[in-house]
Amino acid sequence: MGWVIKMRNIRAIGKRELKSYFATPVAYVFIVIFLALAGSFTFYLGNFFTRGRAELDAFFQFHPWLYLLLIPSISMRLWAEERKTGTIELLITLPVKTSDAVLGKYLAAWLFSGIALFLTFPIWISVNVLGNPDNGVILASYIGSFLMAGAFLAIGSCISASTKNQVVAFIITATVCFLFTLSGLDLVLDFFRMWAPDILVETIASMSFLTHFQAITNGVIDLRDLIFFASLIAVWLYANVIVVEMKKAV
Amino acid sequence: MEQLIVLKGLTKRFGQMTAVKDICLNVSKKQVLGFLGPNGAGKSTTMKMISGFLEPTSGTAEIAGFDVINNPVEVKSHIGYLPEGAPTYSDMTPNSFLQFIAEIRGFDGKDRQSRIDLVVEQVRLKEVLFQSIETLSKGYKRRVGLAQAMLHNPQVLILDEPTDGLDPNQKHHIRMLINEMAQEKAIIVSTHILEEVEAVCTDALIIANGEVMKKGTPDELLETDPHHNTIVVRTSISDAQKVQGEFERFGKISPMNQADRNDGLVGFCLLEKSKKVNLTEVRKLISENNLPVEEVFRQKGTLDRVFRKITSLNNGVGYKNA
Repeated sequence: MGWVIKMRNIRAIGKRELKSYFATPVAYVFIVIFLALAGSFTFYLGNFFTRGRAELDAFFQFHPWLYLLLIPSISMRLWAEERKTGTIELLITLPVKTSDAVLGKYLAAWLFSGIALFLTFPIWISVNVLGNPDNGVILASYIGSFLMAGAFLAIGSCISASTKNQVVAFIITATVCFLFTLSGLDLVLDFFRMWAPDILVETIASMSFLTHFQAITNGVIDLRDLIFFASLIAVWLYANVIVVEMKKAV
Repeated sequence: MEQLIVLKGLTKRFGQMTAVKDICLNVSKKQVLGFLGPNGAGKSTTMKMISGFLEPTSGTAEIAGFDVINNPVEVKSHIGYLPEGAPTYSDMTPNSFLQFIAEIRGFDGKDRQSRIDLVVEQVRLKEVLFQSIETLSKGYKRRVGLAQAMLHNPQVLILDEPTDGLDPNQKHHIRMLINEMAQEKAIIVSTHILEEVEAVCTDALIIANGEVMKKGTPDELLETDPHHNTIVVRTSISDAQKVQGEFERFGKISPMNQADRNDGLVGFCLLEKSKKVNLTEVRKLISENNLPVEEVFRQKGTLDRVFRKITSLNNGVGYKNA
């Protein structure tokens, strides 16, 4: 019985959130820009045609960078807006657990990014018309891309709860996501190598979205990569609940 | 009688500042308790703790037998709460907003629609039901907030300034509605509008600096006004001295200067003792001595004066007109 109510609450909050994307221009602007950028990156920067190969690497390799720009623009409003307009008081005083509210809003945002990702399917059709791609690899890449979007969103949702200002939420989220994306590269690691013990450097390197995402886009869905994204999402959402509790009345 | 709201030493501190200090009270069915107090007195903070939005620093609140600290979700399902400023999701329509609230409150199918239809009828939202909330007037927004609080027909209603920003007709309507609902609920209302207390509250509480300063029925509060039930004699300015002298001569009553209305008359408020004096006796006195008096009547105290006296003394600002 408890679970039924829990699911009902999560669903109701998620549904309301998702509807609000489409009640404002946010959804349409996001989807159009996402598709336009994904397409132009693939064809111009990724040299999709001149590669002469039936694969979508050129498409997926830009996803981390696209998300870096676009995901914070979805996540920034999740909690900052509720706090700014005072509706958080309404939400918290409904007979709903804070964790259910966090989950409902997060899942709505994730589903929305999934819709945008799904709408890139014409490129999958094109590559199948043009040649014989490995659709297993493509499916794995889509799953990897969706997981990465989920991780970005969990970070963004938590940061959005820490401020009333959406611009601040955007900038901090983009920065934190940028560090997570690049933490496997020398750009970030060299800074730590100077003073940190190896174990810490390795830990930081293992946090890299890029490394885990690339592993999945190679067509191998390794359990470790799944666990990485799943636990990252769980940790940030847990932090999100704590931040909402701490900051709701401030 | 069953106590639906019980506050036990409810206290909230923000750092060094004590916003609410040790509030104890009970509200039962059919009672409407008015929270009165200046801005920043702790009215909203108290309501936020009762509704489960803020955790008390110490003490607790019990709603319909459930403890707000140990059982917040149960408490929330027994309360209808209108937060200060009546926040609502402005990109929704009242209809979709109320659908959302009804879904969370656990109403399904036919039940849901009939609940929504009922509150829409009660707060008169029908004509704007499908307009986006951000385009609505302040009065309608407030009513959407109220509809949200009433939707699940809760036993307890906590309304933070329910009539703030409404025009006189809308205020009247909301007060009627509160009176109607009071028959089967325990209600707490906060307000700055003192006439509202007399119109809707069975009990009132004056709060200043987070503490309960005074508690009682509106009539009991009025009793504390030194002007309550005193007799006022009004006369033209030119005759003022003479009339005042006459009353002083009779020794029963001490007149006091009180220029109020802009009609060129001066009023004498016959203090303290006149509470026991019969009005006919005063009239007789006037006619026997042929005094040039324009008006004589017994005045009621005003909550306004009680409120100002209690809350301004508390701030260290002396009360001038007492």
